[in-house]
Amino acid sequence: MLLALAATAIVVLALLWDVLAPRTAEALARRRARRATAALDYDPGRERRAEARARMLLRSCVEEEDWAMYRDLGFLRVWGGRSRRPGTGPDEDGSPYAYLIYPHKPILAYLPQTGRLLNEYCVAFPDETRPYGSERLPDSDDVLAKWMALTGDEQRLIETANLHLPGRQLDPRTVERDLWRLRRWERARARSIASGEPATAGRVPAS
Amino acid sequence: MRFLRMKPGHGEVLIAEGDVEMPQDEQRLIEEFRRQLEAGMWAAVPVTAGAGRREARMARTFDDVPRDAERVIFFPPAAGGC
Repeated sequence: MLLALAATAIVVLALLWDVLAPRTAEALARRRARRATAALDYDPGRERRAEARARMLLRSCVEEEDWAMYRDLGFLRVWGGRSRRPGTGPDEDGSPYAYLIYPHKPILAYLPQTGRLLNEYCVAFPDETRPYGSERLPDSDDVLAKWMALTGDEQRLIETANLHLPGRQLDPRTVERDLWRLRRWERARARSIASGEPATAGRVPAS
Repeated sequence: MRFLRMKPGHGEVLIAEGDVEMPQDEQRLIEEFRRQLEAGMWAAVPVTAGAGRREARMARTFDDVPRDAERVIFFPPAAGGC
């Protein structure tokens, strides 16, 4: 009798083990993953440090004026490659056009002479490896990636982007205000440089 | 020459460094360049063009990288967004 009970208990335990072992292993794996994620998330300064590093890299790549523009205004202007930038000689390929580059927002094409908005180019640089759980580059890396792609191979980037009319993602009133801020900033900067003041005198507040 | 790779949550990471005039270093850089492009990365070289204007040159092969380039920046490829 005792032997039969023991044998039954062993069989029951074996069956239970078959059922419970995979679930237990899954639960343990989930717990380990949660802990790992929690460990990754618990670094409030990581994104800030990443952004600080990205800003240094951006600053080292673009012209000093462009860096000052991004620092003061929060966006970067890049002249279109298929036209000449103003003041560099006769324009044989049409009116100068330019792009505004915002971090993690569409690239906006416009005509500087008239302020007319042309197109929004929606483009992203997702990193599928998601090293810290996110595919988004730091803001300034996103701006630098757009700048490199635009100045290095404008056509390739524009062909890759999704084209939309102005106003889809970027509020035209905000953009018009940014263009106004840019004009003020350039005038102030030109005055500062002419008078020998520090270049930061061109700072224009957003509001 | 330094190879930098943009990374989410980190900023750029130094992935390789070497002197292109030394054959061993050059070979290592070529292999790393290929590895990055095979992983889908885009490569750009910041340069100073005429009149001191700064711009980038996209490099699709290692031969596209100027010999005197100080750094090559790898970043995830562009994709249509929004």
